[in-house]
Amino acid sequence: MSALHEWLLEESPSSRTQARLGRAWRILSALARNPLAAIGALIIIALVVTALFAPLIAPFSAVGQDLSNRLMPPSAEHWMGTDELGRDIFSRVVYGSRITLLIVAMVAVISAPIGLLVGAISGYAGGWTDRILMGITDIFLSMPKLILALAFVAALGPGIENAIIAIAITAWPVYARIARAETLTFRDAEFIAAIRLQGASATRIILRHVLPLCASSTIIRVTLDMAGIILTAAGLGFLGLGAQPPLPEWGAMISRGRNFILDQWWVATMPGFAIIAVSLGFCFLGDGLRDVLDPKQRESR
Amino acid sequence: MTDLLSIRNLTVTFPTPRGPVDVVRGISFSLGRERLGIVGESGSGKSMTGRSILKLIRPPGRISADEMIFDGIDLIRRSERQMREIRGARISMIMQDPKFSLNPVMTIGEQIAEALTTHNSVTRRDLRNRVLEMLHAVRIHEPARVAGLYPHEVSGGMGQRVMIAMMLIPEPDLLIADEPTSALDVSVQAQVLDIIEELVAGKGMGLILISHDLNLVARYCDRILVMNGGEIVEQCAADALHRAQHPYTRGLLAAIPRMDEDREELPVLDRSAWAAA
Amino acid sequence: MAGRAAHGAVGLARFMLVTILTFLGLLAITFFIGRVVPIDPVLSVVGDRATQEVYDAARERMGLDRPLVVQFFSYVGNVLSGDLGQSISTGRAVTSDLARVFPATLEMATIGILIGVLLGVPMGVIAATRQGSWADQLIRVLGLLGYSVPAFWLGLVGLAVFYAGLGWVAGPGRVDFFYEGMVDTITGLYLIDSLIAGEMDIFRNALSHLVLPASILGFFSLAYIARMTRSFMLDQLAQEYVTTARVKGVPERRVVWRHAFFPIRIQLITVIGLSYASLLEGSVMIEVVFSWPGIGNYLTTALLNADMNAVLGATLVIGSVFILINKISDVLYRILDPRARQ
Repeated sequence: MSALHEWLLEESPSSRTQARLGRAWRILSALARNPLAAIGALIIIALVVTALFAPLIAPFSAVGQDLSNRLMPPSAEHWMGTDELGRDIFSRVVYGSRITLLIVAMVAVISAPIGLLVGAISGYAGGWTDRILMGITDIFLSMPKLILALAFVAALGPGIENAIIAIAITAWPVYARIARAETLTFRDAEFIAAIRLQGASATRIILRHVLPLCASSTIIRVTLDMAGIILTAAGLGFLGLGAQPPLPEWGAMISRGRNFILDQWWVATMPGFAIIAVSLGFCFLGDGLRDVLDPKQRESR
Repeated sequence: MTDLLSIRNLTVTFPTPRGPVDVVRGISFSLGRERLGIVGESGSGKSMTGRSILKLIRPPGRISADEMIFDGIDLIRRSERQMREIRGARISMIMQDPKFSLNPVMTIGEQIAEALTTHNSVTRRDLRNRVLEMLHAVRIHEPARVAGLYPHEVSGGMGQRVMIAMMLIPEPDLLIADEPTSALDVSVQAQVLDIIEELVAGKGMGLILISHDLNLVARYCDRILVMNGGEIVEQCAADALHRAQHPYTRGLLAAIPRMDEDREELPVLDRSAWAAA
Repeated sequence: MAGRAAHGAVGLARFMLVTILTFLGLLAITFFIGRVVPIDPVLSVVGDRATQEVYDAARERMGLDRPLVVQFFSYVGNVLSGDLGQSISTGRAVTSDLARVFPATLEMATIGILIGVLLGVPMGVIAATRQGSWADQLIRVLGLLGYSVPAFWLGLVGLAVFYAGLGWVAGPGRVDFFYEGMVDTITGLYLIDSLIAGEMDIFRNALSHLVLPASILGFFSLAYIARMTRSFMLDQLAQEYVTTARVKGVPERRVVWRHAFFPIRIQLITVIGLSYASLLEGSVMIEVVFSWPGIGNYLTTALLNADMNAVLGATLVIGSVFILINKISDVLYRILDPRARQ
């Protein structure tokens, strides 16, 4: 065990694999020492596990109605009570984790690569390409995100796919800015020049050498943005523009509970706690990742 | 001669992920109304020693000492509030780079005036006159104009003269100068040091000049401490420096280039010579 | 001197150009959204049983047969002359609808930002000067909650607790039903209008309606402002010139406020501007929850009725105000910072 530990922390690793594993180990142990980041990671793991095993965890169906059991307060049987159609709120929250996970994953998968690519091309190419791409990016950045997403959903029509597209459209510009700033710092570095001298094409340099170097700052930013994405998605659901009934989307559930907020408070509040927990989880993890991965931030502490 | 400052067993500790590290390790020295030079490489603990005297080590760093007596007052046992009465008024410090050590959004005149009004109550007109006088004393030719400028509008050399004016206007008894010229162009270094020397001598203050430059310290100081690894490795009179015993000091001396020499190879410090000791 | 003035003029021209381009970008986006709508605007005018001739005639009359670029510039021309089209749900011009609802949003967002600044800035400063203390931890947690609590949920919980439960504040709406329309509209801000009219009852009632939604908005801006203030202050306190001030023996309170805080007030203006702009955005959700007759409520009602002119008009107005506030804080920064001034 201690031999492995020493091998991982070797000051001068003898192979690339050893260096990578050592780095991963250092990051993990630094994260584990940061209590908030550890809590955040646990919440995210819990979210993923819940989403994967929802049918095993949820005691009831997410859509099965039971009109004789309408609006029951939280009890041993129904931990979070039941809604106006007698559905078990806890089970709906559990199934809802799948929708939330789907939305954040899809938004990240769509917007991060677009942003990275635009930023890397912009920073690497410079000149007019840079000016035009960054001009477009800045215009998007100067718009209010939620309003823009609302307008896009209005045009595309309500629904979960359109909500994902609309949020992704508003999310990419930040990553483009980050990727460009990172690219500029090493565009004129010796090692890029060396690769160019070996005859590598611009495409290859951007894909193989520039993008990987932008990855860590983008990952931090994406993690920090997750909370905002969840809130926007829930907001769209609340307004009836996101996931449509009977899907157990948390925002839509709050919206339905709105009519009962004064007497049956649990219908609207319970899904809210799920949103807060997951958003906080991403915030904690993002903060922790930034402390560990971004030495510039760490120095100033 | 009674000592102006006498320090016994001063230690400065910083916690790190791998446990606490002493950057200054139990050093003792004393100082009269004289000019003391502290020399060492970067990381030798010389700057930390200077800041400890004012008790301005930023947390989580910690200072401890058996005693740190300045003019009969034991600084180590003084509260933060009591230290503030001493800072500026009785002990002052010139810092390395005026680009960073002057407040960018206050005019030069305001910053100098603040040093005075913090400790003395002065009428408005008196204040202005004294600020202009002080600027004049550091050889600034148009004091009225310069007083209205912001720090980014003056050169590094002038910035450092402003710093000197600011630190000397309350007429302290002890001035610490921490690498006062290493951020400046070579052409103005001598001028700045001459101003410090002249004002210190004129007012009979004590001076601690902290520098990595042996020649400079030997020229402007009476006595020299050589620090390495947080410890004092050599103490001698400035004119006896060439007779220094410690291998580290000898190594530093050997590394100084001379105009009239022709070397095949620049010497490298052989650290094993004293590391074992 | 002449060189500096010329430099300033070039900078100003550049700034104006960027601002104009940003507004054109916003217009392009709303125009584009208006084009991709699956609803055919011609059909909604002529009905789906119209003959091809009637359809074509209407299409030509609406200018939809012209090239996109031409359509775009005529759209820009309309917007600049204040014509945002008719709203199909209210039957009035979108411009006059927006002028009517905007003051309600402005009133709420302004009280919100006041709460955010008056509490958030001191909290951020305290957190930075006592780094690691319980106050710092509390402010850090509050800041993170500001990023992770849905505004509409907090609004509902607030209503349940403070209105239904404790009865400390009035419920949804701007004033009680029977006060509606009793005060002449001068500024459109009820607090000010009722004071002008000397109607203290209405003033108290409007305040009681306003305090909860504005506090919730204020909480979000407080969280953001406190967090930013804290991080700026930590940066500042590590600056060498703050140590210089301590070397001079300056009292700690003055070190914190005059030497560390004073330089960041300029950065804070940008943060506050940004936060104010995002309150306009955040008010959309709050307005829905509190049935607040502002621009957010107008926008969401229009969204659900597929009233595209109203949707795009409201988007344009919120977007423009957002951009405008950002640009104003940019200008203030240049004027106030002695380093940026030259």
